[in-house]
Amino acid sequence: MTDTTLRPAKRSSWLRNPVVDFCIKQPAGMVALLVLLVMMFAGVFAEYIAPYDPVRNNLASMLQPPSWKHLLGTDPFGRDILSRIIYGARTALIIGLSSAFVGCTIGAIIGAASAYFGGKIDNAIQRCIDLMLSFPLIVLALVVVAVLGRWLVFGIDINLILAIAIPIIPQVARVIRSSALVIRNLPYVDAARIAGYSNTRIVLRHMIPNLMAPYLIMLTAYIAQAILLEAVLSFLGLGVAEPVPAWGLMLSGSASDFFEEAPWIVIFPGLAISLAVFAFNLLGDALRDWLDPKFKS
Amino acid sequence: MFRYVANRLLLAIPTLIGVAVITFFVLRVLPGDIVEAKLRGDGTTVTADVIERERARLGLDKPRSEQFVDWMKGLARLDLGNSMWTGRPVIEEVGARFEITFQIALMATLIGCFIAIPLGTLAALHRGTWIDTAVRVFAVAGLAVPSFWLGMLIILAMLWSIGTLPPLTFTPIWQNPAANLWQLIWPALAVGYRFAAVLTRIVRSSLLEVLGEDYIRTARAKGVIESVIVRRHALRNALLPAVTVIGLEFAFLLGGLVVTEQVFSLNGLGKLFVQSVARHDFTLIQGMVMLFATFYIVTNLVIDLVYAALDPRVRYQ
Repeated sequence: MTDTTLRPAKRSSWLRNPVVDFCIKQPAGMVALLVLLVMMFAGVFAEYIAPYDPVRNNLASMLQPPSWKHLLGTDPFGRDILSRIIYGARTALIIGLSSAFVGCTIGAIIGAASAYFGGKIDNAIQRCIDLMLSFPLIVLALVVVAVLGRWLVFGIDINLILAIAIPIIPQVARVIRSSALVIRNLPYVDAARIAGYSNTRIVLRHMIPNLMAPYLIMLTAYIAQAILLEAVLSFLGLGVAEPVPAWGLMLSGSASDFFEEAPWIVIFPGLAISLAVFAFNLLGDALRDWLDPKFKS
Repeated sequence: MFRYVANRLLLAIPTLIGVAVITFFVLRVLPGDIVEAKLRGDGTTVTADVIERERARLGLDKPRSEQFVDWMKGLARLDLGNSMWTGRPVIEEVGARFEITFQIALMATLIGCFIAIPLGTLAALHRGTWIDTAVRVFAVAGLAVPSFWLGMLIILAMLWSIGTLPPLTFTPIWQNPAANLWQLIWPALAVGYRFAAVLTRIVRSSLLEVLGEDYIRTARAKGVIESVIVRRHALRNALLPAVTVIGLEFAFLLGGLVVTEQVFSLNGLGKLFVQSVARHDFTLIQGMVMLFATFYIVTNLVIDLVYAALDPRVRYQ
């Protein structure tokens, strides 16, 4: 008797685990999550997984088609494409995650502050955001990259991260501001105010937790955008610099001279970019459906 | 309406001044300048005297505040100055390339609309079925595939199937429409896919929202045929948010074609911009940023006007 009453309780507590709940309700999101886990695993353990050195030239094996020896073929310098893609995952993740995190967090703080203070401050911040939005994203990133130059810390270009983060800030600030405006006028915020809580407590304990949903959704979406922008900048020769393996970089330079005879040097890095961006976008979509109570059924 | 437009244009002036100030001072932080890049670029040794003279000729020896005032005075007269590299007026440099970029942006927009509106409608009408899923995958994939890579794949496919590349020299559309379209349709397709992806999602979600409205139920209760409900009652209202997205994406394309132009070796605005950033051609960069910003602001205004024309509930304020 006790057995039968205990078991369902146990199972439902296991089902209440948010990750499990997410995977059951959003199968597409689960697939995206799996793809991203594989990518992260590859990025973190690149040294142990990659079959070849991604940087060393090997002129004896130039432009080889995919074979058992080189699963995805080799590039004009004889470097193994699979190994470069695996190491490229690390570059894409570091730059994508950090620039989206920096951009979204600064944007969210600006947006929430703008909504909370209201009045003149809100107006001034909105003017600045309008101003930043009137630069096309890529134009802004290009100018920032050119102005800041490179600033390498442990082989990571901090200025590239900033160049990708800055165009994200105004867009996130705008969305978070509109969510924060709604929350600010909800009865529970009024109730908290009547209860005599301080402004800081209301913002931190009552508003911020309710802004986490839009923040997380935007974060995943902008990681995808950041990876794409990094690929574009690297392709133009303004992002990650050789010899660091990066997907966008693999498509630039000599790639366009050889891709008629060796299409694999163009196809696979592009697939890697697409798959990563696809997975983050899908995850963002699934997270939105899962977190937004309107879509819960 | 005239008052509204005038008001909006007046409001744009402080934004544009802000853009001008930021661009000017941000660019002056750039290390190195155009004179060194221009004269020492090919490895020849130039005396400091020559460099100084060239600097003086371009006005780079003046204090920054004076350069700034000069440039702003020019802007007030709608004069963007001359390119520091070629010496030709910025307007001429941009004008020569505007046509090609504008045409690709326009074609990509049309392609996007032609794909997105039927697909989005189809997905909304068959919500939750495999059709909806297929459209969703198409749309999410469109957001993920980098357009420059798609461009490379298109070139590759052309090489394999017909063995030729799109022509490299630009023919204006009024000289030879067929040759012009044959050249520009490929980059337009590469960018149009992303455009279609963004738009499909908007059309689908907005149509779903409208289909849940009371007046749709009323129309059904009256016995209106379903296809008429969709076309006349639902789609007309559902396309309103799409107008905003079409406008914004179009404005974005003018600057966003940078990489795709590179892939198809087209000499458009994007290439000019990358080139001028690499050459530190300050006046040209400043002028182009001003034009991009103006274009964005004007597009926004046009969107709002179109919106008001389509939706009688929207009033000018």
